[in-house]
Amino acid sequence: MSIGHTLLGLLESGPRHGYDLKRAFDERFGHDRPLHYGQVYSTMSRLLKNGLVVVEGVEAGGGPERKRYAITEAGITDVAAWLATPEKPEPYLQSTLYTKVVLALLTGRGAADILDTQRSEHLRLMRELTRRKKDGDLADQLICDHALFHLEADLRWLELTAARLDRLAEEVRR
Amino acid sequence: MTGAQPSRVPLLRATGLGKTYGSTPALAGADFSLRAGEVVAVMGPSGSGKSTLLHCLAGIVRPDTGTIIYDGRELTALSDTARSALRRTDFGFVFQFGQLVPELTCVENVALPLRLNGEKRKAAEARAVEWMARLEVDDTAAKRPGEISGGQGQRVAVARALATSPRVIFADEPTGALDSLNGERVMRLLTDASRDTGAAVVLVTHEARVAAYSDREIVVRDGSVRDAEWAV
Repeated sequence: MSIGHTLLGLLESGPRHGYDLKRAFDERFGHDRPLHYGQVYSTMSRLLKNGLVVVEGVEAGGGPERKRYAITEAGITDVAAWLATPEKPEPYLQSTLYTKVVLALLTGRGAADILDTQRSEHLRLMRELTRRKKDGDLADQLICDHALFHLEADLRWLELTAARLDRLAEEVRR
Repeated sequence: MTGAQPSRVPLLRATGLGKTYGSTPALAGADFSLRAGEVVAVMGPSGSGKSTLLHCLAGIVRPDTGTIIYDGRELTALSDTARSALRRTDFGFVFQFGQLVPELTCVENVALPLRLNGEKRKAAEARAVEWMARLEVDDTAAKRPGEISGGQGQRVAVARALATSPRVIFADEPTGALDSLNGERVMRLLTDASRDTGAAVVLVTHEARVAAYSDREIVVRDGSVRDAEWAV
């Protein structure tokens, strides 16, 4: 995820202090990985240097950061361009799991066992995500669904591979 | 309704199940165990024997070989009449297509198993409405199955399966004909209700996201089962 673009996007609704930005980010996007203060300040320094934000004011008082940031026109254009650019689909070619299956077949080990073990592990994680989804709000549900659909795709590959193990064994041993 | 945790003692235990249709083996030495209150997903490729296993466990089909013990009784040794009675009192069923009776209203469909068990119409329909509210389909009570959506129909079917307070619910691809959103809703309501009532669920599915609502999974492959819990 581009933290810079996300923080810029959060500034579009109005100027904020660094602390407010971190809190807004963590609430909406940082469920598993909340931002460190250091990440916020280093990112804002970079955005400032690139003219994408300006310091609207500096408040005196306690706390480590009292600068109030505002997005510039260039910043708004940058966010719009980022949103309009499609993310590169991950091809996941030559995955570790594929390598393990082929190596197991080459060395006469149980490739089906590897697939079974992996299925159990995937399903264990899917159960966790399903529980979290049931207890969570809509944002949680969307985040968990994204992960669940990816894990499900892995499992479909596992099933297909399990069904083709005999053929794959013939090919790799040729 | 009270919350319940799965028991450690098997409620249903099958050993060495075999079933052949003509010359086609559907099950070949399948073992399975189910504890009271647990949700077990039965997974596996198409044609692996998942549905045949469910039909044997539910007493719908008699296996050629092997034994099934349900709550201390040998299911495989019971007469057809006794197995039918057991299915009415102890088991609930949900299939891929709701299999609701088209001529009856939804509330009459949900009340049907209660009526077959001898309950008076008024009492049966009152209980049916309670379950329909629980499954968020009480607004379909007066409609016929042809007048409601597929998702609503499956929730009516789940309400019907739960109406007799069964100890085991057999669900065969209950979300197979639904889109993701409706499928998730059916699974959430089904598993929440089963956990609240303490009913165990045998859930046949080929969808991992549906299986993720279970407590554990078994995999059927070529008519045999890998059931790690069976050895417990």
